[in-house]
Amino acid sequence: MELSLATRTVEEHTVLEVGGEVDVYTAPRLRERLVELVDSGVRDVVVDLGGVEFLDSTGLGVLVGAMKRLRVANGSFSLVCSKEALLKIFRITALDQVFPIFPTIEAATRGSDDSAIS
Amino acid sequence: MATVRLSFSPAPVHVRTARLVGVAVARRAGVAEELLDEVRLAIGEACTRAVALHNQYGLADLVTVEMSDSEAYSVRVIDHAPIEASVGLTKLPPDELADESLTDEALTTGVGFALLAGFVDDLQVRPVEDGPGTEVRMVWPVQRR
Repeated sequence: MELSLATRTVEEHTVLEVGGEVDVYTAPRLRERLVELVDSGVRDVVVDLGGVEFLDSTGLGVLVGAMKRLRVANGSFSLVCSKEALLKIFRITALDQVFPIFPTIEAATRGSDDSAIS
Repeated sequence: MATVRLSFSPAPVHVRTARLVGVAVARRAGVAEELLDEVRLAIGEACTRAVALHNQYGLADLVTVEMSDSEAYSVRVIDHAPIEASVGLTKLPPDELADESLTDEALTTGVGFALLAGFVDDLQVRPVEDGPGTEVRMVWPVQRR
């Protein structure tokens, strides 16, 4: 399935809903969208991976890049993910220790450490 | 003996095709259903690495994926980049992953290798026998049909 991207605002956070396959071919579009958001002044970004069917190292690299960009801009960046197959990818790469990962958008926008998966 | 052999120009758009074929052959070979996500990811990572190396060195040569189902399911992903390029396969520690000085390319390479090593129990990276290039060989068990 092709990559799909949609944004909406929840509790003063910009939620980017990602769907489909994020790989070496589609990841540049995700990178462009995230750069556009930051360049337009968005500072609190939640990336919802609920619709993602495939995620590879290129996609992970894009997510880390966005997090670094927001860190420099004093913003916040978190992920929403509850799929075990994707969570395993974050664990194996140790990126679960880098990203705040939440099970729901509500938990992510609340930003509570108690509800974070990582 | 290879049962399916796929060669593609080193373009990102073809990596998905290689994943789809690799998983289809794995399923037919008898790889357990619960391993197929890992097969998909590992073949994708190995092909992504090969495509990146060919692009880095300006090589138009085809990347080859050979799938064989004799005894176990083995997949060989073969590139033709200079051998020294393959030395960059190192797993990054967590504290370096978000380091500002780490380039996106280095991060992706390190994460890609972590995924290969983490998802494939039987993994070998070795020089090809003829000419420049490396071969990433991955093996998964198959169930008796």
